[in-house]
Amino acid sequence: MLLTLVLLWLPGGATSRMKLALSGVFVPLFGVAGAGQQLVQKAGHAIAPRESLAAELGQLRKENSELKLRLLQSDAVLRENDRLRALFGWSRTTPWQGKLARVVARDPANWWRGLYIDLGRRDGLRPDLPVLTPEGLVGRVAEVSETRARVVLIGDPSCRVAVLVVEGRQTVDNGVISGASSVMDTSLVELSYLSRIGSLKPGQMILTSGFEGSIYPRGIPVGHLIDFRAVEYGSYTEARVKLAANLNQLEEVWVKVP
Amino acid sequence: MRPLTTILILVAAFLAVFLEAAWDGPRRWLGAQIDFLPGLMVFASLNAGVTTLTLLAVVGGLCFDSLSANPLGVSVLPLFLIGLGIHQCQHLILRHQAYAQWMLGLAASAAAPLLTLLLLVTLGHSPILGGGSLWQWVVMSVGGGVLTPLYFRVFDRLHRALSYQPVHESSFRQDREIARGRK
Repeated sequence: MLLTLVLLWLPGGATSRMKLALSGVFVPLFGVAGAGQQLVQKAGHAIAPRESLAAELGQLRKENSELKLRLLQSDAVLRENDRLRALFGWSRTTPWQGKLARVVARDPANWWRGLYIDLGRRDGLRPDLPVLTPEGLVGRVAEVSETRARVVLIGDPSCRVAVLVVEGRQTVDNGVISGASSVMDTSLVELSYLSRIGSLKPGQMILTSGFEGSIYPRGIPVGHLIDFRAVEYGSYTEARVKLAANLNQLEEVWVKVP
Repeated sequence: MRPLTTILILVAAFLAVFLEAAWDGPRRWLGAQIDFLPGLMVFASLNAGVTTLTLLAVVGGLCFDSLSANPLGVSVLPLFLIGLGIHQCQHLILRHQAYAQWMLGLAASAAAPLLTLLLLVTLGHSPILGGGSLWQWVVMSVGGGVLTPLYFRVFDRLHRALSYQPVHESSFRQDREIARGRK
């Protein structure tokens, strides 16, 4: 009981360091589990039929050429954007880079949403870096040790995201993703502090706002609007958002590094 | 026997926490992760002393909290209280009955998350709770209950495999051999 009281009254920084040190004990086990998983994957690849691999290769080549074409177009748009920004004297937006990380563990408690990835301080990670998948935003880095990091997922009370409600190219409203909408369904989150109920429609896109002070860059897809309701006698609106990324099936994620 | 029991229980606690973090199966299929520690605490409190159950609460609780967003130390106290409560009335419990083990595991697995959540809320944290939490609580309780008799079987086998077994002398003696037939 005394130990619990002492630990609970310790300052946050000290307990955070202690937690990282304690969780370091599990690193060899996570390494063994990861190696085992890779071995199973390799065995699976070895027995995969040649025809299906050839078909997949053909599909990937086609997708690759399409993506190269899109890259050429977006390079042209980027150059045009830079030219116009220089013309108006606006500051240039710096493109960001991502680092691919493997998910090694999940938060064992049912009342938090978090996971561990196999990148750490030695890979250039620090707290509050955005974590995403090609589908959309996943969360942010919460704690970093030398070899791994803890990520809090969207829906966790400690992961709030300032977002925009967008229809086509027009911003309809802005709000904050404040927490989980359902305990069981990790794909639903609560969007609070919306101002106008009239302009909201189910299906509208939710993107990160990238407002001053926000840790998330502007324009990362978060999900789409499901439904909404007025709260506090209509003083503001709350909505439910279906996340674009599937948080239950995360195996690899991208960390946006500066 | 005692140090071996303690070491085995602590190793099991370490592996249990690792498995809870690394194996996502129950969460995907049932919507909740099963806590392996309360069942282990039931085994420890019925088969070991207060020192072992205290060590299990501290090591298991700290390991669990280190991989979770829980404040460090918040899982120690519920585990310790559950273990101490069962240890105090162990003379009243039919510890060898699988049904009693299941019931105790169920009760311990039901109490542990409730006590932890109570502590979390008291400390001012906001865990994710809602209507689905009731289902998660049922899954955790029943899952923990099912696991508890398994701990008893596994540890029984381990003890038999790792501890010294006295060699029983045979009643056969060469000087008492009855030689049949004529020489």
